[in-house]
Amino acid sequence: MAEKIDYKALKAGGFMSQKQKGYGSLRLAVVGGNLDANAIKTVAEVAEKYGHGYIHMTSRQGIEIPFIHVNDLEKVKEELKAGGVYTGVCGPRVRTITACQGSEICPSGCIDTYTLAQELNDRYFGRELPHKFKFGVTGCQNNCLKAEENDVGIKGGMTVEYKEEDCISCGVCVKACREQALTMKDGKVEIDTTKCNNCARCVKSCPTDAWVGTPGYIVSFGGTFGNKIYKAEQLLPIIRDKETLFRVTDAAIDYFEANAKPSERFRATLTRLGDDGLRTAVEAAYQDSTK
Amino acid sequence: MSEVLEFDEQVDITDKVCPLTFVTAKVAIEELDDGQVLAIRMNDGEPVQNVPRSFKEDGHKILKLNDNEDGTYTLFVRKVEE
Ligand code: HEM
Ligand code: SF4
Ligand code: SF4
Ligand code: SF4
Repeated sequence: MAEKIDYKALKAGGFMSQKQKGYGSLRLAVVGGNLDANAIKTVAEVAEKYGHGYIHMTSRQGIEIPFIHVNDLEKVKEELKAGGVYTGVCGPRVRTITACQGSEICPSGCIDTYTLAQELNDRYFGRELPHKFKFGVTGCQNNCLKAEENDVGIKGGMTVEYKEEDCISCGVCVKACREQALTMKDGKVEIDTTKCNNCARCVKSCPTDAWVGTPGYIVSFGGTFGNKIYKAEQLLPIIRDKETLFRVTDAAIDYFEANAKPSERFRATLTRLGDDGLRTAVEAAYQDSTK
Repeated sequence: MSEVLEFDEQVDITDKVCPLTFVTAKVAIEELDDGQVLAIRMNDGEPVQNVPRSFKEDGHKILKLNDNEDGTYTLFVRKVEE
């Protein structure tokens, strides 16, 4: 084959060129860190047949098959597709949506992270932007998925409400709370909401369900964890419903698209322009919910 | 406040480190019959933040957490047979 190889197009399709001439590491699409058994079998077969019989797991829950020859790429993609496996993306676009196991699996979880990751994937995956753009979804304040290292990080939490009539004054929640937000007075628990970080540890530990928790989304913006490290910042109160959440993520991504210079990462745009423009945009999207 | 509840068996996990803290307590409650009460003495910090909740997740009934005012707490749990 004497055709000129368009490495940029290949990269958009998840093919990362290797040191070894003619070979690349093929990135696969994984959503929320889950892959079903059949997909794993297909990946294993392809890695044995076309690669070097192993895969590399990336830092963001991705899978790459190294040592795919560029001449085999189309065949490899077809075989993967036949087994229900699709290639991922690299370059300036929305990347793999990562997620912890969340409330469907983990006792600490406040939100269903996997479903949300799939929804975000359907909404944004592969969307072209001035720079790469990462979403991460973590189920609770334990932050196993490290929400704030993403351009948009989503963390599950709960707003909590005390039902005095159900409380047996056992004292467990007061100790379970790590923010010192709870105190026991005359057999009743008092909450200092300014200290509460919506972790739901009180809800999860109360033996009588005297703490009622309403799940919500804590969103942060502008994280990076590569050459530069910057913790994404929370600009809004906890969001109660998914419609508002998506309005806010739409607003953030649209703001980035409209205001970033070419090849500028979200955080760089925010540093150059200040947070105020984004804050106004996401606050407007958030307020819309109260209509 | 060191109100003492009645209990059938007691276990001290203040000398255990994780993950043996909860494992020890879990083994102790397994020895009991349905409805019996276990008193578990544990350290402040991670144990008192996590052990009550783990009992709840296992389906047992927490009755009371007492501050022994010596850096330890005693948790009273009623065994609930699955
Ligand atoms: C102050 C220290 C810690 C305490 C009190 C603590 C508390 C707990 C609790 C309450 C559980 C739940 C057990 C259950 O629900 O079955 C647990 C699980 C566990 N922890 Fe810790 N944690 C601590 C730190 C650590 C550290 C440092 C490690 C490892 C180096 C560790 C390893 C584990 C393991 C392996 C489990 C078992 C998980 C399972 O049941 O599958 N923990 N811990
Ligand atoms: S972040 Fe929370 S919900 Fe997710 S795996 Fe960790 S503890 Fe579980
Ligand atoms: S949600 Fe977390 S921080 Fe808030 S009161 Fe409950 S345990 Fe404390
Ligand atoms: S854990 Fe529940 S029952 Fe115990 S003091 Fe707190 S609210 Fe009351």
